[in-house]
Amino acid sequence: MTNASNRQISLSYRQAFILTLKRDLIIAFRHKDEMLNPLLFFIIVITLFPLGIGPQPNTLAKIAPGIIWVSSLLATLLSLDRLFKADHSDGSLEQMLISPQPLFIFTLAKICAHWLLTGLPLILIAPLLAVLLHLPEQSYSALMLTLLLGTPVLSFIGAIGAALTVGIKKGGVLLSLIVLPLYIPVLIFATSAIDTASLSLPYNGQLAIIAALFFGSITLAPFAVGAALKVSTN
Amino acid sequence: MSDTSPLIQAEQLTCIREDRVLFEHLSFTIKPGDIVQIAGPNGAGKTSLLRILAGLSMPFEGNIFYKNQSIHEQPEVYFQDLLYLGHMPGVKAELSAQENLAFNLAFNGEDAELAEQTLSNVNLLGFEDCYASHLSAGQHRRIALARLWQNNAKVWILDEPFTAIDKQGVAALEALFVAHAKAGGCVILTTHQDLAIDPALVKTIELSYRLF
Repeated sequence: MTNASNRQISLSYRQAFILTLKRDLIIAFRHKDEMLNPLLFFIIVITLFPLGIGPQPNTLAKIAPGIIWVSSLLATLLSLDRLFKADHSDGSLEQMLISPQPLFIFTLAKICAHWLLTGLPLILIAPLLAVLLHLPEQSYSALMLTLLLGTPVLSFIGAIGAALTVGIKKGGVLLSLIVLPLYIPVLIFATSAIDTASLSLPYNGQLAIIAALFFGSITLAPFAVGAALKVSTN
Repeated sequence: MSDTSPLIQAEQLTCIREDRVLFEHLSFTIKPGDIVQIAGPNGAGKTSLLRILAGLSMPFEGNIFYKNQSIHEQPEVYFQDLLYLGHMPGVKAELSAQENLAFNLAFNGEDAELAEQTLSNVNLLGFEDCYASHLSAGQHRRIALARLWQNNAKVWILDEPFTAIDKQGVAALEALFVAHAKAGGCVILTTHQDLAIDPALVKTIELSYRLF
Protein backbone atom coordinates (compact mmCIF):
# COMPACT_ATOMS: atom_id res chain seq x y z
CA MET A 1 0.00 0.00 0.00
CA THR A 2 2.90 2.39 -0.56
CA ASN A 3 2.17 5.08 -3.06
CA ALA A 4 4.84 7.71 -3.51
CA SER A 5 2.59 10.15 -5.37
CA ASN A 6 -0.07 9.93 -2.74
CA ARG A 7 -0.51 13.46 -1.44
CA GLN A 8 -3.99 12.76 -0.24
CA ILE A 9 -4.79 14.44 3.04
CA SER A 10 -6.67 12.01 5.19
CA LEU A 11 -9.82 13.51 6.54
CA SER A 12 -10.69 13.08 10.18
CA TYR A 13 -14.26 12.24 11.16
CA ARG A 14 -14.56 15.61 12.87
CA GLN A 15 -13.49 17.46 9.71
CA ALA A 16 -15.90 15.45 7.56
CA PHE A 17 -18.68 16.22 10.04
CA ILE A 18 -17.91 19.94 10.09
CA LEU A 19 -17.63 20.12 6.29
CA THR A 20 -21.05 18.56 5.78
CA LEU A 21 -22.67 20.59 8.53
CA LYS A 22 -21.23 23.81 7.17
CA ARG A 23 -22.34 23.05 3.65
CA ASP A 24 -25.88 22.29 4.77
CA LEU A 25 -26.09 25.45 6.84
CA ILE A 26 -24.77 27.62 4.00
CA ILE A 27 -27.31 26.11 1.61
CA ALA A 28 -30.12 26.66 4.09
CA PHE A 29 -29.18 30.28 4.70
CA ARG A 30 -29.31 30.91 0.96
CA HIS A 31 -32.82 29.48 0.92
CA LYS A 32 -34.33 31.59 3.67
CA ASP A 33 -37.96 31.00 2.72
CA GLU A 34 -37.62 27.24 3.21
CA MET A 35 -35.79 27.75 6.46
CA LEU A 36 -38.48 30.03 7.90
CA ASN A 37 -41.36 27.83 6.78
CA PRO A 38 -41.51 25.45 9.82
CA LEU A 39 -41.01 28.30 12.28
CA LEU A 40 -43.80 30.37 10.73
CA PHE A 41 -46.06 27.32 10.71
CA PHE A 42 -45.32 26.80 14.40
CA ILE A 43 -46.11 30.41 15.28
CA ILE A 44 -49.26 30.56 13.17
CA VAL A 45 -50.74 27.32 14.53
CA ILE A 46 -50.15 28.34 18.13
CA THR A 47 -51.57 31.84 17.69
CA LEU A 48 -54.68 30.42 16.01
CA PHE A 49 -55.62 28.26 19.00
CA PRO A 50 -56.59 31.12 21.37
CA LEU A 51 -58.68 32.56 18.51
CA GLY A 52 -60.49 29.29 17.98
CA ILE A 53 -60.97 28.21 21.55
CA GLY A 54 -61.46 31.53 23.24
CA PRO A 55 -59.15 33.53 25.44
CA GLN A 56 -60.05 32.00 28.83
CA PRO A 57 -56.69 31.62 30.64
CA ASN A 58 -57.78 28.42 32.42
CA THR A 59 -58.67 26.48 29.28
CA LEU A 60 -55.59 27.68 27.43
CA ALA A 61 -53.24 26.87 30.28
CA LYS A 62 -54.64 23.38 30.39
CA ILE A 63 -54.06 22.60 26.73
CA ALA A 64 -50.89 24.68 26.26
CA PRO A 65 -48.36 21.81 26.60
CA GLY A 66 -50.28 19.72 24.08
CA ILE A 67 -50.62 22.58 21.61
CA ILE A 68 -46.96 23.53 21.76
CA TRP A 69 -45.79 19.94 21.41
CA VAL A 70 -48.19 18.93 18.66
CA SER A 71 -47.28 22.06 16.72
CA SER A 72 -43.57 21.40 17.02
CA LEU A 73 -44.15 17.82 15.91
CA LEU A 74 -46.02 18.97 12.81
CA ALA A 75 -43.53 21.76 12.11
CA THR A 76 -40.70 19.21 12.17
CA LEU A 77 -42.68 16.90 9.92
CA LEU A 78 -43.17 19.75 7.47
CA SER A 79 -39.43 20.21 7.11
CA LEU A 80 -38.47 16.53 6.96
CA ASP A 81 -39.44 15.97 3.36
CA ARG A 82 -36.61 18.17 2.15
CA LEU A 83 -33.92 16.62 4.32
CA PHE A 84 -32.47 14.32 1.65
CA LYS A 85 -34.61 15.25 -1.40
CA ALA A 86 -32.30 17.87 -2.87
CA ASP A 87 -29.20 15.73 -2.31
CA HIS A 88 -30.96 12.83 -3.96
CA SER A 89 -32.11 14.71 -7.03
CA ASP A 90 -28.83 16.47 -7.78
CA GLY A 91 -26.67 13.40 -7.29
CA SER A 92 -24.70 14.51 -4.25
CA LEU A 93 -26.28 11.75 -2.16
CA GLU A 94 -24.65 9.14 -4.41
CA GLN A 95 -21.32 10.83 -3.89
CA MET A 96 -21.77 10.59 -0.13
CA LEU A 97 -22.69 6.92 -0.34
CA ILE A 98 -19.46 6.07 -2.15
CA SER A 99 -17.17 8.34 -0.19
CA PRO A 100 -14.67 6.55 2.01
CA GLN A 101 -16.03 8.38 5.06
CA PRO A 102 -18.48 6.33 7.09
CA LEU A 103 -22.06 7.13 6.28
CA PHE A 104 -22.67 7.61 10.00
CA ILE A 105 -20.73 10.90 9.97
CA PHE A 106 -22.57 12.24 6.97
CA THR A 107 -26.04 11.39 8.27
CA LEU A 108 -25.19 12.69 11.74
CA ALA A 109 -24.10 16.00 10.22
CA LYS A 110 -27.20 16.24 8.05
CA ILE A 111 -29.50 15.59 11.01
CA CYS A 112 -27.64 18.02 13.27
CA ALA A 113 -27.99 20.70 10.59
CA HIS A 114 -31.68 19.89 10.36
CA TRP A 115 -32.11 20.30 14.11
CA LEU A 116 -30.16 23.57 14.17
CA LEU A 117 -32.43 24.90 11.42
CA THR A 118 -35.80 23.68 12.68
CA GLY A 119 -35.57 22.45 16.28
CA LEU A 120 -33.50 25.26 17.71
CA PRO A 121 -35.66 28.14 16.39
CA LEU A 122 -38.74 26.38 17.81
CA ILE A 123 -37.10 26.16 21.23
CA LEU A 124 -36.13 29.81 21.14
CA ILE A 125 -39.60 31.04 20.22
CA ALA A 126 -41.53 28.58 22.43
CA PRO A 127 -41.40 30.56 25.73
CA LEU A 128 -42.87 33.60 23.97
CA LEU A 129 -45.72 31.55 22.58
CA ALA A 130 -46.22 29.89 25.97
CA VAL A 131 -47.00 33.35 27.34
CA LEU A 132 -49.77 33.64 24.76
CA LEU A 133 -51.22 30.39 26.05
CA HIS A 134 -50.98 31.37 29.73
CA LEU A 135 -48.70 28.49 30.59
CA PRO A 136 -48.22 28.39 34.40
CA GLU A 137 -44.99 29.95 35.56
CA GLN A 138 -43.62 26.77 37.14
CA SER A 139 -43.97 24.86 33.82
CA TYR A 140 -41.49 26.93 31.82
CA SER A 141 -38.38 25.03 32.83
CA ALA A 142 -40.12 21.74 32.06
CA LEU A 143 -41.22 23.08 28.66
CA MET A 144 -37.70 24.18 27.79
CA LEU A 145 -36.07 20.97 29.01
CA THR A 146 -38.49 18.69 27.18
CA LEU A 147 -38.09 20.71 23.99
CA LEU A 148 -34.32 20.71 24.32
CA LEU A 149 -34.21 16.93 24.71
CA GLY A 150 -37.23 16.12 22.58
CA THR A 151 -36.78 18.08 19.35
CA PRO A 152 -33.49 16.33 18.48
CA VAL A 153 -35.37 13.03 18.86
CA LEU A 154 -37.92 14.33 16.36
CA SER A 155 -35.15 15.17 13.88
CA PHE A 156 -33.35 11.86 14.32
CA ILE A 157 -36.43 9.64 14.07
CA GLY A 158 -37.85 11.74 11.28
CA ALA A 159 -34.64 11.36 9.30
CA ILE A 160 -35.20 7.60 9.16
CA GLY A 161 -38.58 8.17 7.54
CA ALA A 162 -37.14 10.79 5.21
CA ALA A 163 -34.37 8.41 4.14
CA LEU A 164 -36.84 5.60 3.50
CA THR A 165 -39.04 7.77 1.31
CA VAL A 166 -36.35 9.74 -0.50
CA GLY A 167 -36.68 7.76 -3.71
CA ILE A 168 -40.45 8.19 -3.90
CA LYS A 169 -41.77 11.15 -5.88
CA LYS A 170 -44.70 12.02 -3.60
CA GLY A 171 -43.48 10.53 -0.37
CA GLY A 172 -45.09 13.09 1.92
CA VAL A 173 -48.07 11.01 3.02
CA LEU A 174 -46.03 7.88 3.52
CA LEU A 175 -43.48 9.89 5.48
CA SER A 176 -46.15 11.12 7.92
CA LEU A 177 -47.54 7.61 8.28
CA ILE A 178 -44.12 6.20 9.11
CA VAL A 179 -42.92 8.96 11.36
CA LEU A 180 -45.92 10.22 13.34
CA PRO A 181 -46.55 6.98 15.29
CA LEU A 182 -42.90 7.00 16.31
CA TYR A 183 -43.28 10.54 17.64
CA ILE A 184 -46.06 9.57 20.02
CA PRO A 185 -43.85 8.46 22.96
CA VAL A 186 -42.01 11.79 22.90
CA LEU A 187 -45.32 13.64 22.81
CA ILE A 188 -46.82 11.67 25.70
CA PHE A 189 -43.86 12.00 28.04
CA ALA A 190 -43.13 15.62 27.16
CA THR A 191 -46.67 16.85 27.77
CA SER A 192 -46.92 14.72 30.88
CA ALA A 193 -43.71 16.29 32.21
CA ILE A 194 -45.04 19.79 31.61
CA ASP A 195 -48.39 18.94 33.22
CA THR A 196 -46.66 17.48 36.25
CA ALA A 197 -44.50 20.57 36.53
CA SER A 198 -47.58 22.79 36.52
CA LEU A 199 -48.67 21.00 39.72
CA SER A 200 -45.21 21.72 41.17
CA LEU A 201 -44.45 18.02 41.33
CA PRO A 202 -41.12 16.46 40.27
CA TYR A 203 -41.02 15.45 36.61
CA ASN A 204 -37.62 13.73 36.61
CA GLY A 205 -39.09 10.40 35.52
CA GLN A 206 -40.61 11.69 32.30
CA LEU A 207 -37.50 13.73 31.59
CA ALA A 208 -35.32 10.65 32.07
CA ILE A 209 -37.37 8.73 29.53
CA ILE A 210 -37.08 11.55 26.99
CA ALA A 211 -33.34 11.67 27.67
CA ALA A 212 -33.15 7.93 27.07
CA LEU A 213 -34.97 8.41 23.75
CA PHE A 214 -32.56 11.21 22.94
CA PHE A 215 -29.44 9.14 23.55
CA GLY A 216 -30.95 6.10 21.89
CA SER A 217 -31.83 7.98 18.74
CA ILE A 218 -28.59 9.97 18.51
CA THR A 219 -26.54 6.77 18.55
CA LEU A 220 -28.78 4.42 16.58
CA ALA A 221 -30.73 6.57 14.13
CA PRO A 222 -27.74 7.57 11.94
CA PHE A 223 -27.08 3.87 11.27
CA ALA A 224 -30.69 3.30 10.34
CA VAL A 225 -30.66 6.40 8.13
CA GLY A 226 -27.52 5.20 6.36
CA ALA A 227 -29.02 1.78 5.71
CA ALA A 228 -32.29 3.34 4.53
CA LEU A 229 -30.44 5.65 2.15
CA LYS A 230 -28.60 2.70 0.65
CA VAL A 231 -31.87 0.87 0.11
CA SER A 232 -33.57 3.92 -1.37
CA THR A 233 -30.82 4.51 -3.92
CA ASN A 234 -30.30 0.87 -4.87
CA MET B 1 2.81 -3.24 -8.28
CA SER B 2 2.86 -5.50 -11.29
CA ASP B 3 0.87 -4.20 -14.21
CA THR B 4 -0.70 -7.50 -15.04
CA SER B 5 -2.71 -7.96 -11.86
CA PRO B 6 -6.30 -6.97 -12.54
CA LEU B 7 -7.81 -3.95 -10.82
CA ILE B 8 -11.42 -4.99 -11.12
CA GLN B 9 -12.85 -8.40 -11.75
CA ALA B 10 -16.54 -8.81 -12.39
CA GLU B 11 -17.84 -12.32 -12.12
CA GLN B 12 -21.13 -13.60 -13.45
CA LEU B 13 -23.01 -10.33 -13.02
CA THR B 14 -26.73 -10.50 -13.53
CA CYS B 15 -28.98 -7.48 -13.34
CA ILE B 16 -32.75 -7.59 -13.33
CA ARG B 17 -34.85 -4.44 -13.45
CA GLU B 18 -38.63 -4.39 -13.50
CA ASP B 19 -38.74 -8.14 -14.23
CA ARG B 20 -36.54 -7.68 -17.27
CA VAL B 21 -33.11 -9.26 -17.47
CA LEU B 22 -30.72 -6.50 -18.51
CA PHE B 23 -27.65 -8.72 -18.64
CA GLU B 24 -26.78 -12.18 -17.42
CA HIS B 25 -23.54 -13.89 -16.43
CA LEU B 26 -21.44 -10.94 -17.47
CA SER B 27 -17.79 -11.44 -16.55
CA PHE B 28 -14.84 -9.25 -17.39
CA THR B 29 -11.51 -8.11 -16.04
CA ILE B 30 -10.19 -4.58 -16.02
CA LYS B 31 -6.46 -4.05 -15.74
CA PRO B 32 -4.48 -0.93 -14.91
CA GLY B 33 -4.20 1.14 -18.07
CA ASP B 34 -7.53 0.07 -19.49
CA ILE B 35 -10.07 2.48 -20.89
CA VAL B 36 -13.32 0.59 -21.07
CA GLN B 37 -16.29 1.87 -22.99
CA ILE B 38 -19.62 0.30 -22.15
CA ALA B 39 -21.65 0.44 -25.33
CA GLY B 40 -25.24 -0.38 -26.09
CA PRO B 41 -28.58 1.20 -26.97
CA ASN B 42 -30.74 3.12 -24.50
CA GLY B 43 -32.21 0.85 -21.88
CA ALA B 44 -29.59 -1.84 -22.32
CA GLY B 45 -28.38 -1.45 -18.76
CA LYS B 46 -25.26 0.68 -19.11
CA THR B 47 -26.05 2.90 -16.14
CA SER B 48 -27.16 -0.10 -14.09
CA LEU B 49 -23.85 -1.80 -14.81
CA LEU B 50 -21.88 1.29 -13.81
CA ARG B 51 -23.88 1.67 -10.60
CA ILE B 52 -23.21 -1.96 -9.76
CA LEU B 53 -19.51 -1.49 -10.49
CA ALA B 54 -19.46 1.60 -8.27
CA GLY B 55 -21.01 -0.36 -5.43
CA LEU B 56 -24.17 1.76 -5.41
CA SER B 57 -26.52 -1.06 -6.40
CA MET B 58 -26.33 -4.72 -5.63
CA PRO B 59 -26.25 -7.08 -8.59
CA PHE B 60 -28.98 -9.71 -8.64
CA GLU B 61 -26.23 -12.28 -8.86
CA GLY B 62 -22.48 -12.15 -9.14
CA ASN B 63 -19.58 -10.50 -7.46
CA ILE B 64 -17.13 -7.70 -8.04
CA PHE B 65 -13.59 -7.82 -6.80
CA TYR B 66 -11.21 -4.90 -6.44
CA LYS B 67 -7.62 -6.06 -6.12
CA ASN B 68 -8.98 -9.53 -5.35
CA GLN B 69 -11.22 -8.31 -2.53
CA SER B 70 -14.96 -8.24 -2.79
CA ILE B 71 -16.07 -4.60 -2.87
CA HIS B 72 -18.97 -5.29 -0.55
CA GLU B 73 -16.72 -6.75 2.11
CA GLN B 74 -14.15 -3.97 2.09
CA PRO B 75 -16.06 -0.96 0.77
CA GLU B 76 -13.76 1.65 2.36
CA VAL B 77 -10.72 0.31 0.55
CA TYR B 78 -12.54 0.41 -2.77
CA PHE B 79 -14.23 3.76 -2.22
CA GLN B 80 -10.88 5.36 -1.46
CA ASP B 81 -9.70 4.45 -4.93
CA LEU B 82 -12.96 5.13 -6.71
CA LEU B 83 -14.27 8.19 -8.44
CA TYR B 84 -17.81 7.82 -9.75
CA LEU B 85 -19.70 10.52 -11.58
CA GLY B 86 -23.29 9.64 -12.34
CA HIS B 87 -26.00 11.12 -14.51
CA MET B 88 -26.53 13.92 -12.04
CA PRO B 89 -23.41 16.00 -11.54
CA GLY B 90 -23.89 16.36 -7.77
CA VAL B 91 -23.56 20.12 -7.95
CA LYS B 92 -25.45 22.21 -5.42
CA ALA B 93 -27.38 25.06 -7.07
CA GLU B 94 -27.09 27.22 -3.94
CA LEU B 95 -23.30 27.08 -3.82
CA SER B 96 -20.87 28.84 -6.12
CA ALA B 97 -18.72 26.89 -8.55
CA GLN B 98 -15.71 27.21 -6.29
CA GLU B 99 -17.58 26.23 -3.13
CA ASN B 100 -18.97 23.17 -4.87
CA LEU B 101 -15.58 22.03 -6.03
CA ALA B 102 -13.87 22.89 -2.75
CA PHE B 103 -16.40 20.77 -0.86
CA ASN B 104 -16.06 17.87 -3.27
CA LEU B 105 -12.29 18.00 -3.03
CA ALA B 106 -12.20 18.38 0.74
CA PHE B 107 -14.73 15.65 1.35
CA ASN B 108 -12.66 13.26 -0.69
CA GLY B 109 -9.51 14.14 1.17
CA GLU B 110 -7.98 16.42 -1.44
CA ASP B 111 -6.68 19.90 -0.90
CA ALA B 112 -9.61 22.34 -1.11
CA GLU B 113 -7.20 25.22 -1.75
CA LEU B 114 -6.70 23.86 -5.25
CA ALA B 115 -10.33 24.48 -6.20
CA GLU B 116 -9.77 27.85 -7.85
CA GLN B 117 -6.78 26.69 -9.83
CA THR B 118 -8.59 23.52 -10.89
CA LEU B 119 -11.55 25.47 -12.23
CA SER B 120 -9.23 26.98 -14.82
CA ASN B 121 -8.63 23.46 -16.15
CA VAL B 122 -12.28 23.21 -17.10
CA ASN B 123 -12.56 26.76 -18.47
CA LEU B 124 -14.62 28.04 -15.58
CA LEU B 125 -12.25 30.77 -14.50
CA GLY B 126 -14.30 33.93 -14.05
CA PHE B 127 -17.32 31.92 -12.96
CA GLU B 128 -15.91 30.76 -9.64
CA ASP B 129 -18.12 33.05 -7.58
CA CYS B 130 -21.30 32.50 -9.62
CA TYR B 131 -23.97 30.45 -7.96
CA ALA B 132 -24.33 27.16 -9.79
CA SER B 133 -28.03 27.92 -10.31
CA HIS B 134 -26.94 30.70 -12.71
CA LEU B 135 -24.73 28.37 -14.74
CA SER B 136 -25.63 26.10 -17.64
CA ALA B 137 -25.95 22.31 -17.67
CA GLY B 138 -22.58 21.98 -19.37
CA GLN B 139 -20.96 24.18 -16.76
CA HIS B 140 -22.48 22.07 -13.98
CA ARG B 141 -20.93 19.01 -15.50
CA ARG B 142 -17.62 20.83 -15.82
CA ILE B 143 -17.69 21.60 -12.10
CA ALA B 144 -18.20 17.92 -11.38
CA LEU B 145 -15.57 16.83 -13.89
CA ALA B 146 -13.04 19.27 -12.49
CA ARG B 147 -12.42 16.73 -9.73
CA LEU B 148 -10.73 14.50 -12.28
CA TRP B 149 -7.83 16.91 -12.46
CA GLN B 150 -7.14 16.67 -8.72
CA ASN B 151 -7.46 13.05 -7.97
CA ASN B 152 -5.62 10.04 -6.72
CA ALA B 153 -8.39 7.56 -7.38
CA LYS B 154 -7.32 4.64 -9.54
CA VAL B 155 -10.75 3.71 -10.81
CA TRP B 156 -12.79 6.27 -12.66
CA ILE B 157 -16.36 5.32 -13.42
CA LEU B 158 -18.03 7.95 -15.53
CA ASP B 159 -21.61 7.84 -16.72
CA GLU B 160 -21.97 9.91 -19.91
CA PRO B 161 -19.17 12.31 -19.01
CA PHE B 162 -19.45 14.16 -22.32
CA THR B 163 -23.10 15.15 -21.99
CA ALA B 164 -23.42 18.89 -22.64
CA ILE B 165 -19.65 19.31 -22.97
CA ASP B 166 -18.31 21.21 -26.00
CA LYS B 167 -15.77 19.84 -28.49
CA GLN B 168 -12.66 21.32 -26.89
CA GLY B 169 -13.83 20.05 -23.54
CA VAL B 170 -14.30 16.53 -24.88
CA ALA B 171 -10.81 16.57 -26.40
CA ALA B 172 -9.29 17.73 -23.11
CA LEU B 173 -11.14 15.00 -21.21
CA GLU B 174 -10.02 12.32 -23.65
CA ALA B 175 -6.43 13.43 -23.25
CA LEU B 176 -6.89 13.25 -19.50
CA PHE B 177 -8.30 9.71 -19.71
CA VAL B 178 -5.30 8.55 -21.72
CA ALA B 179 -2.90 10.16 -19.23
CA HIS B 180 -4.77 8.53 -16.34
CA ALA B 181 -4.65 5.13 -18.01
CA LYS B 182 -0.93 5.50 -18.73
CA ALA B 183 -0.34 6.32 -15.07
CA GLY B 184 -1.78 2.98 -14.08
CA GLY B 185 -5.41 3.85 -13.52
CA CYS B 186 -8.46 2.67 -15.36
CA VAL B 187 -11.43 4.48 -16.83
CA ILE B 188 -14.85 2.93 -17.29
CA LEU B 189 -17.28 5.11 -19.16
CA THR B 190 -20.40 5.14 -21.22
CA THR B 191 -20.89 7.49 -24.10
CA HIS B 192 -22.81 7.56 -27.35
CA GLN B 193 -20.11 9.58 -29.01
CA ASP B 194 -17.18 8.03 -30.83
CA LEU B 195 -14.07 8.29 -28.75
CA ALA B 196 -11.17 9.97 -30.48
CA ILE B 197 -8.78 7.89 -28.40
CA ASP B 198 -6.40 5.44 -30.09
CA PRO B 199 -8.58 2.30 -30.55
CA ALA B 200 -5.74 0.14 -29.29
CA LEU B 201 -6.23 1.64 -25.84
CA VAL B 202 -9.97 1.23 -25.68
CA LYS B 203 -11.80 -1.92 -24.75
CA THR B 204 -15.49 -2.17 -25.40
CA ILE B 205 -18.12 -4.08 -23.49
CA GLU B 206 -21.19 -4.40 -25.63
CA LEU B 207 -24.59 -4.67 -23.95
CA SER B 208 -27.52 -5.50 -26.17
CA TYR B 209 -31.15 -4.65 -25.59
CA ARG B 210 -33.02 -7.78 -24.56
CA LEU B 211 -36.74 -8.12 -24.71
CA PHE B 212 -37.25 -10.93 -22.25
